[in-house]
Amino acid sequence: MPELIVNDRPQQVAAGISVAAALARLGHGTVRISVGGAPRAPLCGMGVCQECRVRIDGRLQLACQTVVRDGMRISLETLLGQGGQG
Amino acid sequence: MSVALNRECDLLIVGAGPAGLAAALEAAPSGARIVILDDNPRPGGQIWRDGPGVRLPRAARRLRSRVAAAANIEILCGARVVAACPPKALLIEMPEGGALVSCTKLILCTGARERLLPFPGWTLPGVTGAGGLQALIKGGLDVAGERVVVAGSGPLLLAGAATARTAGAKVLQIAEQAGREALVRFGRGLWRWPGKALQALRLWSPVYRAGSHVFEALGDQRLEAVRIRSADAVLEIACDRLACGFGLIPNTQLGELLGCAIVNGAIAVDALQATSIADCYAAGECTGFGGSELALVEGRIAGLAASGQPARAAGLAPQRERWRRFAAALERAFVLDPVLRTLPTPDTLVCRCEDVPYAALAGCRDWVEAKLASRCGMGACQGRTCGAAVEFLFGWSPPAPRPPLFPVRTETLLRLADRRHSPPARPAEPGR
Ligand SMILES: Cc1cc2nc3c(=O)[nH]c(=O)nc-3n(C[C@H](O)[C@H](O)[C@H](O)COP(=O)(O)OP(=O)(O)OC[C@H]3O[C@@H](n4cnc5c(N)ncnc54)[C@H](O)[C@@H]3O)c2cc1C
Ligand code: FES
Repeated sequence: MPELIVNDRPQQVAAGISVAAALARLGHGTVRISVGGAPRAPLCGMGVCQECRVRIDGRLQLACQTVVRDGMRISLETLLGQGGQG
Repeated sequence: MSVALNRECDLLIVGAGPAGLAAALEAAPSGARIVILDDNPRPGGQIWRDGPGVRLPRAARRLRSRVAAAANIEILCGARVVAACPPKALLIEMPEGGALVSCTKLILCTGARERLLPFPGWTLPGVTGAGGLQALIKGGLDVAGERVVVAGSGPLLLAGAATARTAGAKVLQIAEQAGREALVRFGRGLWRWPGKALQALRLWSPVYRAGSHVFEALGDQRLEAVRIRSADAVLEIACDRLACGFGLIPNTQLGELLGCAIVNGAIAVDALQATSIADCYAAGECTGFGGSELALVEGRIAGLAASGQPARAAGLAPQRERWRRFAAALERAFVLDPVLRTLPTPDTLVCRCEDVPYAALAGCRDWVEAKLASRCGMGACQGRTCGAAVEFLFGWSPPAPRPPLFPVRTETLLRLADRRHSPPARPAEPGR
């Protein structure tokens, strides 16, 4: 099973799933905070809406179109006030 | 990154859905060097989206393995087209870097996206598109034991509900906005497409309710319940997820960027699927909504035409006509009720990227004014989501797409310079 490092915490997830699916399984129902400070989660599931963008290995990427890889580092900026475009 | 990622080919196909795969397969015997690009991690497009635990239908598996077996077809997954580099090259971004792909002929098979409409609470985590939830589940989202309400319009509601149910969710209600009479009329005509009638029966659900729509999603940090209205009642249903989409809209952005004529919100094509610009074809749902059967036959026609087999391409016209009639019947049955325009309240967000509320747009005359006043449509999705919503709400035509089509890394844009500095690796062919 691949291991993801989410906000510095190593966690195991099923192989082959998307980062969006992995984050939900790990209990992160919110993946980003909007410019107005509200919680957001994946919406379209297909790379259109950009609601699922998270920092993966230092770069903003779409969680719904990225498959988990062992050692991937994901940082979620989901604490209120820390949000924005990133 | 290096120039090594750059590529040249005879035929470039954007989109590895049914249309793109069918086009590649018909063009392959000509010996052309074919590249298919798709931004998803795996080929298949929307209907044949692959993922862990997905069992693809036989037709999909067969098409994919035939494409994989063709030595002259290369599929690049996770490759997003972000800009055009005239003449005849596209700038793409892949996880490993940016690249220029130059080609002699191009087929656009960019498919369609869901129309998502704003209503109070639609930005809450737990609310997704209807096909959106299906796509997320195929990517491994775990919905076992969750309570799901499906809403919006179109056949995708039944398909999304079926995927959720198979994944162990409890589908509490499917709220279809189209009225019962329109659906009965549509159902009576289905005998002309027996395969579709069978599919409708297979997907049919006892919790399907015509003539009803969600008007509010409730919850604090996450969805907790939805309110549904029908002619005679208002219902509140506690749920974990709302999967809500209002039909499909063609992805025309790349076509528009290349200068292809757009008619009725779709890339315009002639009898051989050729667009208004030279050596550029389009097939599948970017040329208008119609389902996978239509996408397949259009893809075949485009692949044949682009590889110099116009007579064989023309022979497929009757098949295409049959599925175009089906698409027209669908369109008639699932017309959107104008009452959906009244769902947003003044503080309902319309643009989710820039958090622009309905009230900020309601007084504007057009997109230009709305953008100046509010940044609506200027965020990360570049108006893909709110553009379609605003078109429905206010009748404004969506803003013209501008490069880059998606947010990109600076290194990717630097690849545009390769074109100027390095001459093509081989002599140009006639017709180039
Ligand atoms: C979310 C969703 C779910 C659906 N589910 C079903 C279903 O279950 N059953 C059904 O009958 N129909 C379904 N449909 C309808 C479906 O669109 C068609 O039946 C069929 O998939 C259309 O085929 P296509 O080849 O035209 O396009 P698609 O299958 O949409 O393929 C187009 C591909 O092009 C890619 N693409 C687009 N732009 C770019 C770009 N700039 N760079 C790189 N790649 C790009 C897309 O990501 C996509 O993979 C669904 C539609 C959507 C939007
Ligand atoms: S969920 Fe919309 S882009 Fe990923």
